[in-house]
Amino acid sequence: MLVKLHARGLRSLGTTSPGPFVGRISESAGDKGACSGEELLLVKAEASALPPGYLGYLLYHPTDVGSLRDAYVLGPEQRHLQHGDVVRIDPARGGISSIYRAASRHNTLLVTERCDNLCVMCSQPPRVQDDSWLADELERAIVLIPKDAVELGITGGEPALLGARLVRILTLMRDHLPRTAVHILTNGRRFAEPAFAGAMGAIGHPDLMLGIPLYSDLPEEHDYVVQARGAFDETVRGILNLKRKRLRVELRFVIHRDTAGRLPDFARFVARNLTFLDHVALMGLEVMGFAKTNLDTLWIDPLDYQPELAEAIRTLRRANMAVSIYNHQLCTLDADLHPFARKSISDWKNCFFAECEGCARKDDCGGFFVSSSARRSRGIRPLPPGAPTR
Amino acid sequence: MDPVDGAHEPAGEALAFQDCRIRATIDLRVYRLSAVQKAAYRVADKCTAVLGALHGDSVPITLIFPPSSTESDALETARRFFQEALDQELREKIGEETAPLRPCCSRTPSLEPSSLRPDVTHPIFQPRAAFIPRANYRLLPFRFGRLDGETILATNDVGEHVLLERSELQAFVERRLAPGSSLYRTLKSRHFLYDDDSTVALDLLALKYRNRAEQVAAFTGLHIFVVTLRCDHSCQYCQVSRQSEDRARYDMSEEHADKAVDLMFQSPNENLKLEIQGGEPLLQLPLIRHIAERARRRSEEHHRNLQMVIATNLSRLSDEALSLCEEHRICLSTSLDGPADLHDRQRPAREGSSHARMVEGIRRAREALGPEAVSALMTTTPASLDRVEDIVDEYVRLGFHSIFLRSLSPYGFAARSLVHRYGVDDWLRFYRRGLARILDIHRSGYALREEATTILLQKILSPLGSTYVDLQSPAGIGIGALVYNYDGAVYASDEGRMLAEMGDESFRLGHLDRDSYEGLMTSEALLAPLSETILEGMPMCTDCPFVPYCGADPVYHRATQGNAVGHKAFSAFCAKQMGMLRHVIMLLERDAANREILLDWAAGG
Repeated sequence: MLVKLHARGLRSLGTTSPGPFVGRISESAGDKGACSGEELLLVKAEASALPPGYLGYLLYHPTDVGSLRDAYVLGPEQRHLQHGDVVRIDPARGGISSIYRAASRHNTLLVTERCDNLCVMCSQPPRVQDDSWLADELERAIVLIPKDAVELGITGGEPALLGARLVRILTLMRDHLPRTAVHILTNGRRFAEPAFAGAMGAIGHPDLMLGIPLYSDLPEEHDYVVQARGAFDETVRGILNLKRKRLRVELRFVIHRDTAGRLPDFARFVARNLTFLDHVALMGLEVMGFAKTNLDTLWIDPLDYQPELAEAIRTLRRANMAVSIYNHQLCTLDADLHPFARKSISDWKNCFFAECEGCARKDDCGGFFVSSSARRSRGIRPLPPGAPTR
Repeated sequence: MDPVDGAHEPAGEALAFQDCRIRATIDLRVYRLSAVQKAAYRVADKCTAVLGALHGDSVPITLIFPPSSTESDALETARRFFQEALDQELREKIGEETAPLRPCCSRTPSLEPSSLRPDVTHPIFQPRAAFIPRANYRLLPFRFGRLDGETILATNDVGEHVLLERSELQAFVERRLAPGSSLYRTLKSRHFLYDDDSTVALDLLALKYRNRAEQVAAFTGLHIFVVTLRCDHSCQYCQVSRQSEDRARYDMSEEHADKAVDLMFQSPNENLKLEIQGGEPLLQLPLIRHIAERARRRSEEHHRNLQMVIATNLSRLSDEALSLCEEHRICLSTSLDGPADLHDRQRPAREGSSHARMVEGIRRAREALGPEAVSALMTTTPASLDRVEDIVDEYVRLGFHSIFLRSLSPYGFAARSLVHRYGVDDWLRFYRRGLARILDIHRSGYALREEATTILLQKILSPLGSTYVDLQSPAGIGIGALVYNYDGAVYASDEGRMLAEMGDESFRLGHLDRDSYEGLMTSEALLAPLSETILEGMPMCTDCPFVPYCGADPVYHRATQGNAVGHKAFSAFCAKQMGMLRHVIMLLERDAANREILLDWAAGG
C-alpha cells in the first residue's frame, strides 16, 4: 500500500498548540490512565467523550472535545496512522507527518537537507538553509519510538554535517532503542577526520551500519558524479577511518550512464582495496530530483549494462564480498543475477506497472519506484514461473 | 646510441663475435654505469662482462663467452644485455623518483583532512571535463620486466599488475601520458601513479602493504612430524626413507612426539596444521594416535583451529587407521605419479604394485571418510615428461578434482641425478601441456584444478597473496613451517631436513630435548637465512616484476649454489618460477576462454 508520509487536511476541533509538536499515537484509551503526555489518542469509532490527559487526539469522526487541546479530525489520506506511529503535527498548516510508522520496516529519519555533495543523480536535492530544527525534533521523536522497532534509517542531505550532534542522536538511539538496527546514509567525507570517526566508534552502538556511496575507482570520475573536487579522497579516508574503529560499512554504487562503463573496474578496485567492507550494493537509478532533471544524460537501460554488472558481481563474489543488486526488476536482469536482486524499494514509494500484469515472478521482484513512471527499461515484461530468488 | 624504443644495441656498429668475445663501447650519456653493471649481472650465466677504462663519456666492454658458445647464442645474449641495460636505465630513473615514497607507503600516512569547504551553492552542474586531472602526475614505486617480446609486465609492491608495451612504459615514465587515456586510468586505478587531484592512493597502498605483510605475523602454521623413516616403498626420488626394520633407530619416540606437540602450540597462529610424514607414517599408527589425541586436547585448551593430515602411500591403510582418521577428522594425502606402469616404476614396493594398493586405499578411504578425504600429489621424473596427458587423465579416472604438478626437488643424490636429466625448459613444457589438458577437461564439464597454478593466481589476484609456505618473502622456513624429525631434531623446512640427510645441517634449528621454542625461533640458523634472503633486497629480484608473486627459497639455493641467496641468473628455481608466472599471466590476460576458469580457481572455486 502506498501511503503519504506528509499530508495536510487535519481539521482542528478546538484550541491548538501554537507550533509543531511530536507525539506517539496510541489506540488504547484508558489503560494508560494519566499518560505521560507524549501520546496522541487515535479514536476510530464514534465517541461521545474523550479521556483527558493526552497530548492530542486524532479522530475519524468529529465529536465534542470540550476544553481539550489539539483534537483533530483526520483527512482521508491520514487513516493509515496506527498505534505506535510517531508523528509530527503542524497545527497552523493542518499537516501531519509520519516520522516513524509501526507497520513499516522502512523507517527513515531525515536529519538534515544540507549536503556537501551535489550528485548529478541526487533523488533528494539538498537545500542550504539552516535546518537544525530537524535534529531538535528528532531527539524528541527518538525517545517515543517503540522499543521493538526493527530497523531505522538515518538520512539526509548529509547526516555527518551534524558533527557532534549526530553522535548525540546515535547515543540517544543506543540508549532508547538498543534492539533497533540503525542504518546511516552518508557520503563519509566528514569521517576523513579521524576524531569524528573515533567518536562514532566510541558510541558503541550494538547494530550500526553506514551506507556510503562510491561511484568510481577513479577520483576524477567520483568527484564529477558528486560535483565536488576532493570528495573521493575524503570518502575513501572516511571509510578507512570508520573501519579502523570496527564500524560496519557498506558501499552503495548507483548505476547510470556516467558510472556503468567502469563498473568492472570499480569492482576490481573494491575487491583489491576495500575487501574488508561489509556489503556492496549496486543500485538502479531512482528517477527523482536531479536524476529526473538530468534524465536524458543519465539514463541507461539496465539491459545495456548487463555484461558490466555481471562481471562486477563475479569479481566481488570471488573476493568473497557480500553483494546485492538494488532497485532492479527481475525481467531487466540476467537470470544468473537474480539471486543477488533484493526487494530494496521502501514500501511507501514501491509499485508495479501495467506491463507486470500476468508476471509469475511478481512476489520475488522488488518492483519499481513510483517515480519510474518517467522512464522504464525496454525489457519490462511478465516473466514465466522460475526458481524463486532468495 | 639513442635511447629510443627498440634501440637495444649500439647503433651504427654491428656486433661481431670473435674468439668467443663480443666487443662494444658504452656511451655513458645513455646508460649509467650502474645500469650496465646490473645488466652484466643478469647475463652472468651466459658470459662474463669486462669493463675497460673510461674514455670521456664512453667505456669499452667485452663480453667473454665459454668456448662451447655458438655465434648465434652469443649475439642473442649480447642483444639481451643491451636490452637489459636500457631497461635498467629506466629502472634507475623510476627508482630515483619513487625512492622517497617507499617508506611513506609502508607506514601509515598521516590523514590530512582536505581544506575543501562544502560547496553547496552551485546550481549548475560542471561537465565531466572539468574534473580531469591536470597533466602533472607522479610515479608510485613499481617494478617492470619483459613478459613477452615488447610486452612489459609492471607490478607494484602490493601485487597489482599492468601489461603495457615498451613504448607505453617509456611514455609513462617520461610523463607523456594524457590523463584521459585508458592506460593512464588503468595505471592510476591500480596505484602506479598519482596526480594533484588525489593522494589517497598512498593511504590505500600503505593499507594493502600492511595487510599483505601482516600474514608473516601469524607465524608458524604448518608443523610436520616425521614419525618414522621406515618405508615399504623405495621411490627413485626419495632420499630419506629406510628399508630397515630397526624401530629404535628410525622411529620417533613418544617423548619427542609429546614435546613436539607442546612446542607446536607455542606458535601464536590461530590455524594450525599438523602434517604426519615419513617414511611411511602408517607403520607407526599407535604413535599417530597418541599425537592426534594430544594435539586435539591442546587445541581445545588453547582455542586453536587444528587440521591434521597424514602423508601416506596408503599401502598400510588398516581399518584401525581409518577409524582413527574418522575419529579425529584427519585427511589423507597420497602420491599419485600417473598410470600404473609409470607409478609402479617410480614408486616400487616390495609387495607388488604400489599403484594397485594405492587405488584400493583411495577407494576404502573415500568410502569410510567421504569423497574429499584423500588428496594426491605427483612428482615429475624424466619418465613423466612425455606423459602429462596420461597423468592428468589418471587423476580424472580416479575421481580427483585437483592435481598438483610438481617438479623434482634437488635433494638427495638420486633425485639430483634425475634433476640433471631434465632441464627447466623440459619442465615448463610439461607444465604448460598439463595445464592446457586440465583446462580443457575443466571446460568440458569435469571440475578440475591445478594447484601450483592456483597458488600463483592467488598471489597475483588476491590482495593478501597466498600463505603457501614455499613462496614467501621473508622465506617460509621456520616462520611458516617447522619440521620435527624422527630423532628429535627440529628443522626449518622439509627440504631442510632432506638437505641434512645429505650432510648439510644448515637448517637444523636445534633439538626437542635441548631447545625451547624461543631458542629455536631465534636461532642463528633461522634468522640469518631469513634476513639474508628477503626478495625485495636480493640482487636481480629487487628489479624483478615477479617479486610480489615469488618467494625466497634459501634451502634450494643453499643446496644448489652453496649459499642461501644464490645468483639468480644460475638458479633453476628462478627460471622455473618466472616461466610459470609468465605463462599464467599470459593466460590470464590473453586467453579470454580460460581467464574465467583461472579467476574461479584463485577464488577457491
